Amino acid sequence: MTGTATDAPPDAGSAAQPSAQPSAQSRPTETALQRIIRHGPVAGVRKLWRRLISMRTALVLLFLLAIAAVPGSLLPQRNLNPLRTQQYIDQHGAWGTFLDRIGMFDVFGSAWFAAIYLLLFVSLIGCLVPRIRLYAKSLRTKPLPAPRNLLRLPESTGFDVLGERSAADLAAVARASLGRRWRAIVREEPGGSVAIAAEKGYSREAGNLLFHLSLLTLLICIAIGNLFGYQGTVLVTEGRGFCNSVLTYDSFKSGRLAQDGQVAPFCIDTLNDFQATYRADGSASDFRADITYSRSVDSAPEQYRLKVNSPLRLEGDRVYLLSHGYTPVITVTRPGQPPLTSEAAFVPADLNYTSEGAFKFAGPVGAGNDIGVEGIFAPTSVDHGGVIVSTSPKLGNPVLGLIVYTGDLGLQLGPQSVYSLSATQKDEGKADPSTGLVVQDRQNLAMGETMTLADGTTVTFDSVKEWASLQVSHDPSQRELLIAAVLMVAGLLGSLAIRRRRIWVRFSPAGAGGAAAGAPGDPARTVVSVGGLARSDSGSFPEEFRNVIERLRADLAGAPPSTAESPSTSELPSTAQTGPTRIDEE
Amino acid sequence: MAANESLARLSDVLFTTSIATYAVAMCFYTAEYAFGRKGYVASTAAATAPRRELVSVGASTGGGTVATADVPAAALRPAFGKIDNPVRKAHSSGDRLGVLAVVITVIGVILHGTSVTLRGIAVDRVPWGNMYEFAAIAGLVAVLAFLATLIKLPQLRYLGGFALFPVVIVMFLAGTVWYVQASPLVPALQSYWLAIHVSAAASSEGVLMTSTVLTVLYLVRSRYDRLAAAGEAPQSGWRAIGSRLPAAASLDKGAYRAVAFAFPIYTFAVICGAIWAEAAWGRYWGWDPKEVWAFIVWVIYAAYLHARATAGWKGRAAAWINIVGFGAMTFNFFVVNVVIAGLHSYSGLNS
Repeated sequence: MTGTATDAPPDAGSAAQPSAQPSAQSRPTETALQRIIRHGPVAGVRKLWRRLISMRTALVLLFLLAIAAVPGSLLPQRNLNPLRTQQYIDQHGAWGTFLDRIGMFDVFGSAWFAAIYLLLFVSLIGCLVPRIRLYAKSLRTKPLPAPRNLLRLPESTGFDVLGERSAADLAAVARASLGRRWRAIVREEPGGSVAIAAEKGYSREAGNLLFHLSLLTLLICIAIGNLFGYQGTVLVTEGRGFCNSVLTYDSFKSGRLAQDGQVAPFCIDTLNDFQATYRADGSASDFRADITYSRSVDSAPEQYRLKVNSPLRLEGDRVYLLSHGYTPVITVTRPGQPPLTSEAAFVPADLNYTSEGAFKFAGPVGAGNDIGVEGIFAPTSVDHGGVIVSTSPKLGNPVLGLIVYTGDLGLQLGPQSVYSLSATQKDEGKADPSTGLVVQDRQNLAMGETMTLADGTTVTFDSVKEWASLQVSHDPSQRELLIAAVLMVAGLLGSLAIRRRRIWVRFSPAGAGGAAAGAPGDPARTVVSVGGLARSDSGSFPEEFRNVIERLRADLAGAPPSTAESPSTSELPSTAQTGPTRIDEE
Repeated sequence: MAANESLARLSDVLFTTSIATYAVAMCFYTAEYAFGRKGYVASTAAATAPRRELVSVGASTGGGTVATADVPAAALRPAFGKIDNPVRKAHSSGDRLGVLAVVITVIGVILHGTSVTLRGIAVDRVPWGNMYEFAAIAGLVAVLAFLATLIKLPQLRYLGGFALFPVVIVMFLAGTVWYVQASPLVPALQSYWLAIHVSAAASSEGVLMTSTVLTVLYLVRSRYDRLAAAGEAPQSGWRAIGSRLPAAASLDKGAYRAVAFAFPIYTFAVICGAIWAEAAWGRYWGWDPKEVWAFIVWVIYAAYLHARATAGWKGRAAAWINIVGFGAMTFNFFVVNVVIAGLHSYSGLNS
């Protein structure tokens, strides 16, 4: 993963892919230790290491990573949809079990997926370290001396500057003309000529390194988030609230290193109001939950309106509105006893919020006079021969279809779902009415209606509230992660948009007294030759080169002369080769 | 329905018209390609080569008067201002066809752009809330990218047919298979991130599509070159297409530049998606099928960029990686949106 720089300097390239380097030549004065290093197991390890950090290996690992991710999208994943995953396994028998065993239903948590990306990291680090060292060195080294014949370079031009001026003076003018953004050095060459070597575009490699370092940081942040974060969901009915503690959650997932119980001490005091708005065609246009919350036990309560795209952000924790549903409220009155009111959150079973749930009224343990009520709720109900179905998620014509059981709920037998009555108790009731649940009556109630059982017990559908499912998430490294991601893009832009390029300018005195003397009697002049080179993808360099030359010529012509005589550049023969068809053949 | 029906209908009509316009333009490009001369690039190369020689001859004979003798001919090539290209001035019939094709494309872009704008006004939001609208935007970006390329590199004009072909296909599918009525957004999509995330995704994918077209042309051309080198260059039939294409190296470079341009935008789109997901779904990354495939596509294009810098992977091998990347991107768009259930099921087709 040596980076996206297609133009890494040749030296950097080979350092990044040391496998390409020939092994050191054996020398006659080799000590025993050196021999061991070269041929023993150490050498094997070194060879392996070099192969690992080579770009080829990185490429193969990248492909493997891409391929390994595919089943994660095609097969049901346990963490996203445990129910469907189980169904899939059951449907596919041995094949399903086999897939399960090799981690195909938890691809992104599997050992083999981790193995690929960990190898990729190691490869990346192994590649980055020498590259960073090289880059630091390249910042200190001076631009390379000018090649002997500049006019052989891909971009080149030559022209004359007339007048008696020293090459060094002209070079100083040219250096200023290039501007500060070119890193340049002026060198005197044998034979009296002076050459400027200038370089630009170092930030390409900087961008490249920044990208890869940010990528590493990003992955470390993800790892920290996974290890120390937690996530809980809780269902809250209007008028109720909860405090952030592990026990209050309906489901709670935490990272391996997250310390249980150490959660931020905030409270959602009450869900004041949940509101879903719908369009005429029944599609939802807005969900919002108005909540009162406290940042800590003794801080003043504050208000917030939770919406789908605007979570409540507290110190370290975020509270999200995930989903919603209805909570019917019923009152059960046994003859001669005070009325019992109960509310139960119902689980939506279809898109129109036909929902299912259960109420449980426990009597004394073992007495067998519990009351269990199973219900179907339809916010906008249509009656299909006694079976109600909702035609809209909106609260239009709410009807609660109830089946009332009496007998033993079986609460003492262990935990059971709050959304349904125990199926075993219902079966039990069919076999032995004294130990299970027995159906007493069933009826569909509109809001306010009451049904009366044979024994005189009444069940009233009082009202309906709404519930909201809230998710609390904690991720300690999210801010750093975002910064890393932004830096990643910045680095990417630098490494893909900036090009390394070099320009050399040589001034050779000619004419009267000059070293490169022409015919005697020539006017005093200096031959200027300029060459330019952009690494690999030349892009807009020819254009830039032309601009540099234009400026250079203007500056050299307009510069104050070292002698009284005013110099001028001779226009005629100098040209750079930049034809109109730059798209091809370079 | 909150949408303005008449505007939405007008938008649909313009959409269909723009497909037809592109199709007509495609015919003209193809006609230029087929009946014009060998294409601008080839003719330019032919025209400039002897000219260079001429200059260098002149320089060496008259060198004594102007410059020192060791200034090679290379330095004497015309530098400032472009070489006059005689072929360009002579308007062949192929040339006229090409100009006409560009004019028609521009008309198509105007119709297309108006259609997208009207759709946005009709529903009072950014016009990329479902698959149909996304395809319309990606197509628009691809055509605009092609026209922008023509400003800098007019010699590529005769390849317009290849550029418009995928656009017409995608838009045709959008108009027939994925079409949904103009309608407002579900709450999860009501965020300003929709404007940022989806536009970045659509434009980067539009440009990546262009890159794929160039890569396919590159593969055709380099195959032709290899056959030609072996003396077996096909003279006629579709295999001879290669002879009329620009040089393999320039196609390869063009494809690379398109990816180099699109990849940061694509990365940005994915990051915006993560930021949005953090606000909407409570986590920045959850391996939702769309996220998985966005990751796969990203990794493949990253591999492409690396491959182009690796000895032994340059050229055809890298080109194939580019095509695989496009395949994954297409899968992410066609299959993941419609077939696989996930949080990104916004095609509007399954409701």
